[in-house]
Amino acid sequence: MLFSENFKIAIRALRANKLRSILTMLGIVIGVATVVALLSIGKGVTANITSSIQSNGSNLLTVSPGRQQTGPGGGGSQQASYLYYADYQLLQRSLKDDIAAIVPSYQSSYLVDHGNDSFTVNVTGTTKDYQKTNSYEVAEGRFISDGDNKAESRVAVLGAETAKDLFGGLTAVGKTISIKGVKFEVVGVLEAKGSSGFGGSSDDAVFIPLETGYGKLFGSNATYNDKKIVNSISVSVASTEAMDNVSAQIEFLIRRAHKLTSSDELDFNVLSQSDLLSTLTSVTQTLTIFLGAIAGISLLVGGIGIMNIMLVSVTERTKEIGLRKAVGATKNQILTQFLIETVTLSLLGGIIGILLGVGLALLVTLSGAFTAVITA
Amino acid sequence: MIQTENLTKVYQMGDAEVRALDGASFNVDKGEMIAIMGPSGSGKSTLMSIIGCLDAPTSGKYILDGLSVENMSETELAEVRGRKIGFVFQQFNLLARTSALENVMLPLTYAGFSGKDRNDRALKALDRVGLGKRTHHTPSELSGGQQQRVAIARALVNEPAIILADEPTGALDSKTGVEIMELFQSLHRDNGQTVILVTHDAYVARHTDRIIKLSDGKIVSDEVNKNPIKAGTKREEE
Repeated sequence: MLFSENFKIAIRALRANKLRSILTMLGIVIGVATVVALLSIGKGVTANITSSIQSNGSNLLTVSPGRQQTGPGGGGSQQASYLYYADYQLLQRSLKDDIAAIVPSYQSSYLVDHGNDSFTVNVTGTTKDYQKTNSYEVAEGRFISDGDNKAESRVAVLGAETAKDLFGGLTAVGKTISIKGVKFEVVGVLEAKGSSGFGGSSDDAVFIPLETGYGKLFGSNATYNDKKIVNSISVSVASTEAMDNVSAQIEFLIRRAHKLTSSDELDFNVLSQSDLLSTLTSVTQTLTIFLGAIAGISLLVGGIGIMNIMLVSVTERTKEIGLRKAVGATKNQILTQFLIETVTLSLLGGIIGILLGVGLALLVTLSGAFTAVITA
Repeated sequence: MIQTENLTKVYQMGDAEVRALDGASFNVDKGEMIAIMGPSGSGKSTLMSIIGCLDAPTSGKYILDGLSVENMSETELAEVRGRKIGFVFQQFNLLARTSALENVMLPLTYAGFSGKDRNDRALKALDRVGLGKRTHHTPSELSGGQQQRVAIARALVNEPAIILADEPTGALDSKTGVEIMELFQSLHRDNGQTVILVTHDAYVARHTDRIIKLSDGKIVSDEVNKNPIKAGTKREEE
């Protein structure tokens, strides 16, 4: 007898028991669908975070204060450490090659109000190049200029979210806002950039010239031992190849400025975007594997479901098997028939599951929560 | 057609040996219609599975239509079943939710027939049992008698050497049972079909030309029935 005949017999047997066939398939359908959906959503989240980090510019080195965490027992007293405005000036003077921009910033939360509305917003004192290193686009007006810093002008640039909160849909440029009681003129509004991926929106922010901040807003909070401090210094490097070299130079310069001997631990960090990226990628990958494992278990359960049904159906169908033997079927032909039935159910269930999973992933994408990425 | 010599079947039940069949010897000629009778436990079913090539004897000789069966492999036995023997069961054993035509085609499929040839033969067999107009009905749409006719058509379709019927009227009311016996007799009379009925019903057995009685695995009588009842004539009281 031809294999195709045996195939037809198996399909006929499946069709003759539609309900049983569908229920058997259901386990595999659900299992495969969850695997596909969860993995593609996981991939999407990873891609989402990656792209939001890369939108900050991938050749960015961030210098921030703080000791590098040592392992337990290596502690001792945790001294507060600071980065100074002087460090920025040092870097500005000393670093020459391969540097696109060096941007200091000092951040603090203040009550910002306009008319009767007031909000607590992160106010960042910074310089002109901040816009470039953090990939902001100006929607209206302009960003902070070098002139603003030199003249300590009281000007402010608003993030998209903050502009909406304070002014609704109205024009903000030219209006006056007050930050902790100090009046600032709004000179620009930024384009919305979306979530930064770390919770908190990078659109909910106010930017002012750093010098203006030191002179008129931050007060004694922004000094330590009469030295002006910054929260971070961003160094945008011209090429990826030069990153390591520049990073080493920064370490050397600031170490010397902070009078640390070679045996002292650093009291600042130099972090590149790619370090951050690899940390986050490994986190999301772990998450994806975890979700995949859960989905895999449901797939396994589905597979066991098929095994179970086939086993039960063999015992339940002894009469049918006996009859088929009586009319001339060999053992092998009957085994083949049952195998084909099982494989067909699994295959069909798998295909339906993939379609369902892809559909689910698309639905998630459409709903806007994440972008699911489906890979072959 | 069938020659058996000292057929013995021994089952091992733990330590005890059960001799389900204990040296049965008989011959069946081509075109005969015989009944094998006996109470339950007499070895009837064992004998039937051996004649039907579903099971091999522990010892003894069995020649079916010139073929020595006792030493065949399972695959060869399957082929013999498919080509030489047509089974009819008490419970019809049709495939559910499958049309009469497809049920009848089943043995042909396993025998390697396909396409138009298979279809034509199955239609012919259904026509022979009087169901030429019900080929596309499924078993649940047919009466018990009609289902048994489909089963008989399925047994006939390979033009087997013998038809082996196990209590073919057991699940039917007496009127329908008579109709089925009529069909067997007509196959025997008009087509020269060899028919072996296995039954415990003496009335059914008396429709055949010869009655073999079994008890405790042995043949206790093998007699020619001189006046077989013609099915459809009035049942006489004993």
